Amino acid sequence: MFGYAGRILRVNLTTGKTTLEPLKEEMAKKYIGGIGLGIRLLIDNSRPGVDPLSPENPLILTTGPLSGTIAPTGGNGHAFVAKSPLTNGVGEAKSHGFFGAELKRAGYDAVIFEGRAEKPVYVWIDDDSVQIMDAKHLWGKSPQETEDVIREELGDYYIRVAAIGLAGEKLSRIACIINDKTRAAGRCGLGAVMGSKNLKAIAVRGTKDVPVAKPEEFLEFVKVLHERMKGPATVKYRTLGTPQNVLVHNSLGCLPTRNFTNAVFEGAEKVSGEYLNMRFVTKIIGCSSCAMRCEHIAVVPEGPYKGTMARVEYEPLWAFGPHCGVDRMDAIIKAIDLCNYYGMDSISAGNIVGFAMDCYEHGILTKDDTGGLDLRFGNAEAMVKVVEMMGRREGLGNILAEGVKRAAEIIGKGAEKFANHIKGLEMTGYDIRGLKTAAVGYAVSFRGADHNRHGAYALDIAGKVDRFKFEKGRSKLVIEIEDLYTIIDSLIVCKFSRGVYYKGFEDLAKYYTLVTGIEMTAEELRRTGERINNLARLYNIREGFTRKDDHLPIKVMTTPIPDETVSKGSYITQEELDFMLDDYYAHRGWTRDGVPTLEKLKELDLEDLAYIVKDKL
Amino acid sequence: MSIHARKFVSADPDKCVGCSVCEYICSFEKEKVFNPLKSRIRVVRLDTVVNMSIACRLCEDAPCVAACPRDALRQSEETGIIMVDEDKCNGCGWCIEACDYGAIMLHPDKKVVFVCDTCNGSPKCVEWCPEKALDFITKDVLAQKSRIAAVKKLFHEVLRT
Repeated sequence: MFGYAGRILRVNLTTGKTTLEPLKEEMAKKYIGGIGLGIRLLIDNSRPGVDPLSPENPLILTTGPLSGTIAPTGGNGHAFVAKSPLTNGVGEAKSHGFFGAELKRAGYDAVIFEGRAEKPVYVWIDDDSVQIMDAKHLWGKSPQETEDVIREELGDYYIRVAAIGLAGEKLSRIACIINDKTRAAGRCGLGAVMGSKNLKAIAVRGTKDVPVAKPEEFLEFVKVLHERMKGPATVKYRTLGTPQNVLVHNSLGCLPTRNFTNAVFEGAEKVSGEYLNMRFVTKIIGCSSCAMRCEHIAVVPEGPYKGTMARVEYEPLWAFGPHCGVDRMDAIIKAIDLCNYYGMDSISAGNIVGFAMDCYEHGILTKDDTGGLDLRFGNAEAMVKVVEMMGRREGLGNILAEGVKRAAEIIGKGAEKFANHIKGLEMTGYDIRGLKTAAVGYAVSFRGADHNRHGAYALDIAGKVDRFKFEKGRSKLVIEIEDLYTIIDSLIVCKFSRGVYYKGFEDLAKYYTLVTGIEMTAEELRRTGERINNLARLYNIREGFTRKDDHLPIKVMTTPIPDETVSKGSYITQEELDFMLDDYYAHRGWTRDGVPTLEKLKELDLEDLAYIVKDKL
Repeated sequence: MSIHARKFVSADPDKCVGCSVCEYICSFEKEKVFNPLKSRIRVVRLDTVVNMSIACRLCEDAPCVAACPRDALRQSEETGIIMVDEDKCNGCGWCIEACDYGAIMLHPDKKVVFVCDTCNGSPKCVEWCPEKALDFITKDVLAQKSRIAAVKKLFHEVLRT
């Protein structure tokens, strides 16, 4: 095979046995790689209804067909897939850096981690040799410290490591998996799945060639992409970076502020991308093989957090900034750094701090609960403290580490009104009360509240649609992007590069064929994107999801935007949401309950999974 | 050609971000595969802000040549490039030990050493570097550039105070 390694590695942590299976070309073409292949392997390798933190929930690590080649951004990605401890549905998270390319060079398209080790271990993949190593001495260490120790003890400084921190060890449901020290497979709590297996880290060294089917033509296409990456399609990521969103969202009245109390933040200037770049960013770096470079590395120059260094993107900046009413960039950078150190999803972590602050403001939490912290909105240093408490699962942090939905249930007293999540996954930085195309994308997203499953906010923000009113047929636009996004996450090219595939599926299909030699048309690839979205839906249905799970946060559906801004008064009623879902399901070819029909499964060549929907039609 | 006309591949540490594009294109140019282990230029990433690539610097009186006990290495008078006689080299690694920059390496398949040959004077890595961080440059011009940068910095600080 070209592009693909043609091999799937199975590591049973209970027995210590490792086995190899071939990746068949048919499977490869049908699910591409990344999350597509990962979700298929998840369905095939687990029983319905298992506890996400039990040994029966496999943790699946995948690369894409482009991993290990010079394909810009495609060369360096990997994905983790498992049942999410936050949502009990599909959990998937991608990451970039150097780790994925190394795994491909070691010769694997996927690794399935099964069972649970008796004691802390790490898995050492050295080309064809796979060993399960003692990790007692690594337990309690940060992902960054873990990487250093592993490289030192194995005596090779080019080993790539993906590891969990304390949060994953302590089964925090917002734990992530960090690779290359600063990159995170962030969302859905997959670090807790890794922790539940007593698997501290995965260390990889790969020395094999990654052969490409049509190398000369491929290189020509890569050159074109390089040029495009230096052009207008990526200018945002190369200059101010995603933090540019802060002022844009603020002016449009869609910057969620103080846990979705407001949609405008009076302190926006001080947490803007402009301010960040002027005062804090010291270098902009990039992943292996990428021609863009987007990682804005910020260093705190003075004050109590002096010397703290972290990569800053819009989402975590929003979560710890406007969402918590905090306008101190130094504290935001510190909070992000702590998330990297403890191995927590910084979006979820910031969301949860804002939730706790809202509870405190409403008297649901008191100083007795917070350990004396004055947890009002805007208290930057209290915010940093709470992040630390969550990372260590101390005091209130122990409850908050369960994720916002479960934390609200534990706290009670009406706290769930302030818990902004969908399907149990914490909301991200778009006030969808006034972004109604995005709202349907959020509601139906198979991994819960997330902008990255549909990207539909772009239509609202660019003014291509009336963002305050949803009309019949709008869902078609959302579906188009969703199907493209599942392909992006299965090839594992970076979402920041999405603008350089001028011809969309056609460009991506060409890319795929040049690398793998497997013929693929634009329409086939679009259908593959649709297949993967349906596949994820099927998994969720198998795990008990219904139409009711395509919901929106309570605040979004009950509290109109109060601020004097363009979006004032906007929110989403149940009737409106029902209208959106009916429209979306109809365009997906699903029943009114959101179940893919047998005809749809046949059309997508997913008939072998008809057993999941049979008694629901 | 005088010795100062020898050009080698140099990375500007302020611009280089350690992205490995140079490694990929080098291995492809030389061996038609994508594999950083077969690249003549190598990336070092110590942490997020400390990173750059390194290739052979065409030292004068190259210590790798002097260290070879089998006369397998020779330095071109004209270009300064280190040439490896693959029949004589037995992969003993004396040259690797002698090189202060880790720029000469053992080939993973052939088990003989290999080193940057500047692609006959038009290095692919320089052409492909997305940051324009790589220069194909003589030491004289490198010094000129450093002087200009230093003076600019000096005046920048003068202007600020």
